[in-house]
Amino acid sequence: MDHKDLRGLIAAVKDGRLSRRHFMRAVAAVGLTAPMATQLLTWSGVAHAQTRLAYKPTKRGGGGTLKLLWWQGPVHLNPQWATGTKEQEGSRLFYEPLAAWDPEGNLMPVLAAELPSRDNGGLAADGKSVVWKLKKGVTWHDGKPFTADDVVFNWEFCKDPATSSSLISVYKDIKVEKLDTHAVRVTFQKPTPFWAEPFVGTSGMLLPKHLFAPYIGAKSREAPNNLKPVGTGPYKFVDFKPGDMVRGEAYAGYHQPNRPYFDAIEMKGGGDAISAARAVLQTGEYDYAWNLQVEDEILKRLEAGGKGRVTIVAGGNIEFIQLNPTDPWTEVDGERSSAKSRHPAFSDKAVREAMGLLVDRKSVQDFIYGRTGVATANFLNNPARYRSPNMKFEFNVDKANQILEAAGWKKGSDGIRAKGNAKLKFVFQTSVNQPRQKTQAIIKDACAKAGIDLELKSVTAAVFFGGDFANPDTYQKFWCDMQMYTTTMTQPDPQTFMEQYCSWEVSQKANKWASRNISRWRNDEYDKAHVAAQAEMDPVKRAALFIRMNDLVCGDGHIIPVVFRPRPSAATTKLAAPLSGWDNDMWALPHWFKES
Amino acid sequence: MGTYVLRRVLLMIPSLLGISVVLFTVLALAPGDPFEELATNPNVPPEVRLALRAQLGLDDPVWQRYVHWLTAMLQGNWGFSFVSRIDVDTLIWQRLPVTIAVIGASQILALLVALPVGILAAVKPYSWFDRIASTLAFIGFSLPTFFTGVLFILLFSIELGWLPFVFRADVPATGWAWWWEHVKQSIMPVAVLGLFQGASWMRYVRSSVLDVVRLDYVTTARSKGLAESVVITKHVVRNAMIPVVTLIALQLPALFGGAIVTEQIFRIPGIGSLLIDAILRNDTPVIMAVTFVLSCLVILFNLLADILYGWLDPRISYS
Repeated sequence: MDHKDLRGLIAAVKDGRLSRRHFMRAVAAVGLTAPMATQLLTWSGVAHAQTRLAYKPTKRGGGGTLKLLWWQGPVHLNPQWATGTKEQEGSRLFYEPLAAWDPEGNLMPVLAAELPSRDNGGLAADGKSVVWKLKKGVTWHDGKPFTADDVVFNWEFCKDPATSSSLISVYKDIKVEKLDTHAVRVTFQKPTPFWAEPFVGTSGMLLPKHLFAPYIGAKSREAPNNLKPVGTGPYKFVDFKPGDMVRGEAYAGYHQPNRPYFDAIEMKGGGDAISAARAVLQTGEYDYAWNLQVEDEILKRLEAGGKGRVTIVAGGNIEFIQLNPTDPWTEVDGERSSAKSRHPAFSDKAVREAMGLLVDRKSVQDFIYGRTGVATANFLNNPARYRSPNMKFEFNVDKANQILEAAGWKKGSDGIRAKGNAKLKFVFQTSVNQPRQKTQAIIKDACAKAGIDLELKSVTAAVFFGGDFANPDTYQKFWCDMQMYTTTMTQPDPQTFMEQYCSWEVSQKANKWASRNISRWRNDEYDKAHVAAQAEMDPVKRAALFIRMNDLVCGDGHIIPVVFRPRPSAATTKLAAPLSGWDNDMWALPHWFKES
Repeated sequence: MGTYVLRRVLLMIPSLLGISVVLFTVLALAPGDPFEELATNPNVPPEVRLALRAQLGLDDPVWQRYVHWLTAMLQGNWGFSFVSRIDVDTLIWQRLPVTIAVIGASQILALLVALPVGILAAVKPYSWFDRIASTLAFIGFSLPTFFTGVLFILLFSIELGWLPFVFRADVPATGWAWWWEHVKQSIMPVAVLGLFQGASWMRYVRSSVLDVVRLDYVTTARSKGLAESVVITKHVVRNAMIPVVTLIALQLPALFGGAIVTEQIFRIPGIGSLLIDAILRNDTPVIMAVTFVLSCLVILFNLLADILYGWLDPRISYS
């Protein structure tokens, strides 16, 4: 699909010949996420779709206590430092962004009075600035009004490297200015079709200026409100014990009418995922449990009791295999897997193609992950209904054998194929994790039938993902023929995500293996497309470039997607808790209620 | 006595130093990075992680970091957690009371079980009571707490639905309701820990009483015509308790270790679950502080055991 096709589709949506949902499905099939698709429509002048959340209560309060169970509790409540989702979720009870991402990838205004669009003048034609109008009459929990100064302050706070915010990359290259008391302009250095990242969703929770202003930069650790949040959210802070308990009570001055429904909220941390699932699904002690990384079989058994249900939301995680394009066994310039070397076997496309045919994704889904890992041929993860019907994966040992035979890889006396000096004998590493070891075994069996010998290696997760550059077994070093892990897409826009295949990001000795291209796959056309996408003024052409990049990576065979891993969570039967795969679990917390 | 205690306290210093060196080196050599999540998050540029590491001094040589830590510690500054950026002593003080309450209650339960059962079993050795008690004791201390804990949860929380299995330190109630909630949620963890400990103590009490009950002075007491209950409580148990008391004092710190597992199972926000979280997140300052507190406890209780021994048995003198 190129930019002309995309334009045709957008025009069809505009005329009403094509529904938004069909448009999103069509572009998702070629690797664009739902948020990216909705941004394309907005930029092209199609109005924002309205998020509709069924909310039945007709007055504030009266719902008792909402009890949430997080098997890893948040350790602080400053969203600008959050390294993982648990701190983001804990902060989200109290803090709010300007807008949030709904499950369809549409924006829903929260602290914004309206969503910026071309029609209301919010989006500049050159894509270099956005004007956000802020909702009036919003107050912080201490009664002070929420104004444009607060928004500007959050930018200043995050962009200061001394604050060491984990959101620095979102805020460091933009400029935010106050237009009036309730409007700000965000200016980008480059045309940015994906303008909805600063102040939106997981990266947009806003801190109050009047409490954090003295603690900007290196002093940020000392801010007393890191542990006592004062936000604009539906719940007001009561008490916090790091790693254990967050408590809040309904905020009487909340800016959305009749909300929240619950009088108080609790987020309990600690324990393990299975017993968290039990506490919701079996005993009903808690109303909601997050991120249940539990075998699907167990979840199904617990669900059978009928006290609760498991909700599965597509997140940005994909389990995939990398076939090393470089040679991990020979040192070049004192470095293994040097970008200058070539892998003796995987440099042959026939071998990569055969490997792709030998990964039995359907069995991996059916026998290992169940609902929590869906077999896929795509590298980009989408909600299930957007999954591409066009991209196909196949498990076919005979075909793999034929391809290898035709490419001149002949079986030796030991049954292992070889050509010249190269032998199809590979070391395949992953982290210690039961489903991963089972997946490895399935692949090893299939490979053995095709004359490929796999040696399985599993590394403790702390080492594998540890990032210690003195250790030879980290996934960043990839001193191995193949490896498998899950990569996350934490941003709805693919630019940063797709940077992990750019040649300037190659992880190597010179950058202490801290760069992001871990597979070390490189392609000139890909690099050019990425550079072009960064500077592309026209969002439609830009989208077409990302589609091209996706095709290049998936088509070359060094990357084999296995399953994408949605986030399972559990809620009691009566709880209405809208979830979104593009934002935190708490994105719609004000709208949660219990059916009577 | 005073000089003895002083000598022992002074001896504590080199042992604590040694412990801290070993701990620090092991932690420094162990793989992992407190900012692992930053490393795997593609939105965070690697510079942020490297800057944080540099800011917290993680890139300095191990000995330099140790000296920093030690000097700060000596000045009463325990440092702050890498992940939560909260002072470590605040974290520990938040967690300690719960641990002490749960462990204290389980020790009382253990004593309440071990003492009467152990004594009765020893007074009538190889009787039916003794056999049943001994069998139960063997089962009790051979089943690990993580197993009995899960078993209790399955039985009392899930099958019967009597008790909650998620422990909360701050019960939102007052007066009697507050106490009732606390008792209800503490029953399972206290029983798991207490019965495990009680089972092994019961064996010690039994053998210790058995040793004493055969001695000549007991026979003398009996032949004087004293009532059996007086013989047992005043003459036998008092002497039999000397080794038992030492043993209990020596075992107390080990209990903190056992409590870690129980705290994790029942989500008790104690010092053990703090330690586990810190280990999982490679949060060196917290791991150092918690293990350091635990090693102080071990040494202190050792000292306490020795002093108690001298006090209970006048034949031993430390002067």
